[in-house]
Amino acid sequence: MNKAGTHDIEIRDLYKIFGPEAGQHVEAVKAGLTKAELNDRHNHVLGLQDINLTIPHGRITVIMGLSGSGKSTLIRHINGLIQPTAGQVLYDGMDVVTMTPTQLRDFRRQKTAMVFQKFALLPHRTVLRNVAYGLDIRGMAEAEERARHWIDRVGLQGYEDYYPRQLSGGMQQRVGLARALANDAEILLMDEAFSALDPLIRMDMQSILLELQQELRKTIIFITHDLDEALRLGDKIAILRDGAMEQVGNGQEIVLRPANAYIAEFVREVNRGRIIEARTIATPATQGRELPDFTVKARSKLDLVARRMTKAGMSEAQVRDGEVLVGTIDLPAILEAMVNPADAASDD
Amino acid sequence: MDLIRFPEMSRGNLRAMRQTVDGAFRDFTRAWGDTLEAIFAPLQSLLTFIENLLIRSPWIAVLAVLAAGIWLVSRSWKIALGSVLALLVVGYFGMWEDTMRTIAMVAVCTLIAVVLGIPVGILMAQSNRMNAMVTPILDMMQTMPSFVYLIPVVMIFGLGKVPGLIAVVIYAIPPVIRLTNLGIRQVAPDVLEAAEAFGSSSWQKLRDVQLPLALPTIMAGINQTIMMSLAMVVVASMIGVRGLGQPVLQAINQQYFTMGVMNGLAIVAIAIIMDRTTQAYGKRLQKHTEAGK
Repeated sequence: MNKAGTHDIEIRDLYKIFGPEAGQHVEAVKAGLTKAELNDRHNHVLGLQDINLTIPHGRITVIMGLSGSGKSTLIRHINGLIQPTAGQVLYDGMDVVTMTPTQLRDFRRQKTAMVFQKFALLPHRTVLRNVAYGLDIRGMAEAEERARHWIDRVGLQGYEDYYPRQLSGGMQQRVGLARALANDAEILLMDEAFSALDPLIRMDMQSILLELQQELRKTIIFITHDLDEALRLGDKIAILRDGAMEQVGNGQEIVLRPANAYIAEFVREVNRGRIIEARTIATPATQGRELPDFTVKARSKLDLVARRMTKAGMSEAQVRDGEVLVGTIDLPAILEAMVNPADAASDD
Repeated sequence: MDLIRFPEMSRGNLRAMRQTVDGAFRDFTRAWGDTLEAIFAPLQSLLTFIENLLIRSPWIAVLAVLAAGIWLVSRSWKIALGSVLALLVVGYFGMWEDTMRTIAMVAVCTLIAVVLGIPVGILMAQSNRMNAMVTPILDMMQTMPSFVYLIPVVMIFGLGKVPGLIAVVIYAIPPVIRLTNLGIRQVAPDVLEAAEAFGSSSWQKLRDVQLPLALPTIMAGINQTIMMSLAMVVVASMIGVRGLGQPVLQAINQQYFTMGVMNGLAIVAIAIIMDRTTQAYGKRLQKHTEAGK
């Protein structure tokens, strides 16, 4: 009854300039006109520049950036809520940018669903009617039955007849999530979906999302300004700054090899032990040397590996992904990876 | 050059201009008067039908139906009971028939205002250009002394119910239009964006999101329209609309103090009944905004 993501989304050479004569300035921006110059000379705002990103199907791609970085603008290009000044958004052989209004409407109805930062529930509809909203628009007969199913899945059974105003923020966003899931779309767009929630409830919602994703395998684009959230959820992370893509990679890559000082500053406060996996820092086993007796899993996070090894009194371990030997790992290497290089240098 | 005297148009030209416009309008009236009257004939029949229904039915039945209607709309025993008492007093003082005529007229005027006003308000909310065009017209309708537009209306339709209806609707329709426009424009942009993101068509957006969320504001507009059409009953009586306005007019002309006050108070009574009823309805529409269950 639900559709997993089947196609990658390709964002190609995307530019967005805000202002009445945006189209005239694209070439200048492509030739190197900066955001500040565009603003000073032409009074136009550069929203996004030279964005190229492949969003893999069936995975969670997180687009991260501070406010004003253009991340909310970017996600709105995927379902055509914002039209780019130049560039393409490709999905299954179609370009969202050049769709006619009717095509775009069908694309939004059938392929995408969206969760919003401020929930954006319909205040005059009950929880049930809100969750059924996307299905109502499509004139689906079994809307109510499906809506009930998803209300159960997000843990809101019993609240069907409440109005949004009567629910807490966390519960309202569960309604938002259920509304999006009930739409049964391959693409799920989540615009700072958990940013307005308390930290504990946010963790809770992240867990719900990960759990559902295990089974649903949707193509999820998740916007956040919170690096911890990005690292926890993202199979792939893209970092935006001032409308430009700074680095794209998985969590390990971004934490271990930040592309520049800006990102390095960003990842400084991250708890590396909870992000980095054993396989990332394993060194290939030397030929002929005897393997350590202790074994850890390749995808175990370093803090867990360190705890297990210390408990067992081992200083070396072999790293295995199932049956396959990945390499070996020792406590000094683990410690070194867990300590931020910048902090290690300054704290002598 | 004479700086004290304003450089005005010559008298002859001014008179010629007036005569030309008046003449053209008279010709228009002769040519189209019958057609226009025919167009508005259904309204006259509707008003006459409601009037007769209210006046020729047994008073107790009319009172019961009105009370039931008021309760259905307001869901308040207090308002329903108060209305019944007020109508009993009004009837006892000999104003039952005139009150029924006035209620009939206000009902028809409000109906016309709603049917015409809400679509215009919706159009204004959809387009800033439309908004810029209609707003000054509404300003004019509300500030132009009603006697001025009574002149052409009476020239076309003569004295009677239809010119009265038109005059009242012109005066009373602006609030419905303005508040429909305002109500739709006030719908939160994030909710609209959500509707769009789920693939709503413009019509679905209007029907499922904008109108329901604007409804309390639109109700406030309808309430204002009712109040304003009641305020016009005396003016309308000058061109032959019967009802509580006529005795008031008569009282002014002949200085019958008590008669004026009694009929005036009857108008106030109807106004309060209608105001409380529609307001209670408006409040019921906003029930979903209350927290707690």
